[in-house]
Amino acid sequence: MSAPAAPEKVQPPPPDAAVSATDGAVAIKGRTPWEIVRSRLARDKITMTAFVFSVLIVVVAATSPFMVKLGWLRPDDFNPALVQGLGSLPEGFAGGISRDHWLGVEPGTGRDLFSRIVTGITTSLTVAILATLISVVLGVTLGLVAGFSKGRLDWLISRFLDLVLSFPSTLMLLSLGPVLVSRIASIMGISSADNKAKVAFMALVLGFFGHPFFARIIRGQVLSLREREFVEAARSLGARAGRIYFKELLPHLWAPILVYTTLILPANISAEAALGFLGVGINPPTASLGAILNDSVAYAIPDPAYFIFPGLTVFLIVLAFNLLGDGLRDALDPKADRS
Amino acid sequence: MFFYIIRRLISVVVMLLIISMATFLLFFAAPEDPARLTCGKNCTPAVIEGNRKALGYDKPLAVQYAKFVQGIFVDRKYPDDPALQAASPEIVTTCEAPCLGYSVMAHKSVTEIVKDTLPVSASIALAAFVLWMLAGVSGGILAALNRGKWLDRVIVGLALIGFSLPTFFIGLLLLTFVAIKMKLVDIPRFVPITDDPLAWAQSLTLPAITLAMVFAASYVRLTRAYMLETMSEDYIRTARAKGVKESTVIRKHGLRAALTPIVTAAGMDLGGLLGGAVITEQVFGFRGLGYTAVRAIETTDLPIIVGIVIVASTFVVVANLVVDVLYGVIDPRVRLT
Repeated sequence: MSAPAAPEKVQPPPPDAAVSATDGAVAIKGRTPWEIVRSRLARDKITMTAFVFSVLIVVVAATSPFMVKLGWLRPDDFNPALVQGLGSLPEGFAGGISRDHWLGVEPGTGRDLFSRIVTGITTSLTVAILATLISVVLGVTLGLVAGFSKGRLDWLISRFLDLVLSFPSTLMLLSLGPVLVSRIASIMGISSADNKAKVAFMALVLGFFGHPFFARIIRGQVLSLREREFVEAARSLGARAGRIYFKELLPHLWAPILVYTTLILPANISAEAALGFLGVGINPPTASLGAILNDSVAYAIPDPAYFIFPGLTVFLIVLAFNLLGDGLRDALDPKADRS
Repeated sequence: MFFYIIRRLISVVVMLLIISMATFLLFFAAPEDPARLTCGKNCTPAVIEGNRKALGYDKPLAVQYAKFVQGIFVDRKYPDDPALQAASPEIVTTCEAPCLGYSVMAHKSVTEIVKDTLPVSASIALAAFVLWMLAGVSGGILAALNRGKWLDRVIVGLALIGFSLPTFFIGLLLLTFVAIKMKLVDIPRFVPITDDPLAWAQSLTLPAITLAMVFAASYVRLTRAYMLETMSEDYIRTARAKGVKESTVIRKHGLRAALTPIVTAAGMDLGGLLGGAVITEQVFGFRGLGYTAVRAIETTDLPIIVGIVIVASTFVVVANLVVDVLYGVIDPRVRLT
């Protein structure tokens, strides 16, 4: 509590004296939870930096197709003249860094690494965001239903979540690729070589194997919320299940949903990169962080810059989202003091 | 307690049945013809049909699954067909129980493959487990006890960095720079513990550090959070008030309660890793379950994929059970009924 409460006996204030507080006492101003969160966030410099960086990344990812159209980014242009070194390695400092190529060029082809990383962020973020959305929608729905319905349905959903969690998700992602990509492509009406099918597949499977974490958290929250008076009141007034789910319970769940969304997103970004490393990511020539890393692994010794820049990019993006999630969790924590 | 374990054991068996059924369906009901996948480029229809019969792929899926489950308890013979067995008895191979299937491509039963590769995965998992528990838990305790001070910030910051570094990136950095370029350690090559325990431990250094990094980071965060929560409990204040030494308060009252959920999480994570640390094994070329599964996926060797997925999920389900039972042992407040 920042505002000291006046210890004196309460007496009705004179009608016009409300503004002129005596003895230096400050009138206690009620603040909405949102105002508290905002003031906490504003003071947390690390989280604000992470927030700005994350927004920047999302904006860059969203606009990169236009930048390619405008010719500002050239992720697919070959520059054979720049890779005349031994084994087609780029010439010059740290993978051929120059004014035209801020992070150097790709060995072998001479494509601009900066352009490839930026367009790669777009692809990777698309996969990660779609997967996160799927996890959130599935997880929140299952968690709400399980937590609120008690009994048999709860038991069934909980066992289903256990089941999903017992599968080795990395292996499933790898092995389901050949089986599912062609099916997804035929459902979407595109050829299975189209990267849209790959993106949809990765988002679906990552999202599916990620949803139990969400569902468990939401279920736990609902279990404690459902015993509260306002839910009982709504029920005794004859509210239908749908109203109780969406109007009574959901508003209380925004905080955990927001926090865990920002924490699961970076996990999905790393997962896409890891899949790329294992060689089942996006098909060339489309760039994704995973695909670039998969290619750059072979050059870790002869051209370390080509390996380190994309790796650092993944690291920085994941770090920023993790910091943001942590900061949000602290700011939205109802147990923390209301300063 | 006894009845609890019995009940849980039954649920484990049911769970494993469902998992194996789902896995079986996913892969063997796929559009690809499993018999076509058993031989390479120069395949004649006759060979495919022969393999189909020999491996029982001509039977309905339900029969195939029933045979698979049966094989876990009784030896199976390949070829599966009695007529084929009689025709050429010299090629009959026995797949001893627990039989998880037979890979034509590897010329081995899946059980043999699992037996060969499991020690590698288990070694990496155990070595990493020791490292991350030591580093993670002690780091978390240190951070919690110094809350808000610079030591806390350094530990939490490092943990966040470790948490955000992709595993394969750490692994490849260690491999290329520490082992290949600077030659600080030998390039890791797995040595079985039965051959030479010292060389075994040495060979595991880099893979274990790689794998432990992410886990250590999340255990620092976990331990710190639980420790802070417990240290603000009323009984800690009571203990302090009655004059118990601070070190005893931390060890006996704080740590003991805080460790319970950590043991749970650790058991689950270890169970998951016994089924293969895909990326770490891939980076260092250690032929564990994960590495083998990735190779099998590349060649669409269905029996191996199905076998390893089932083995890996079995570890998770069993770890789940062990952890739940342990919970009752460690935490006197929990009574299993």
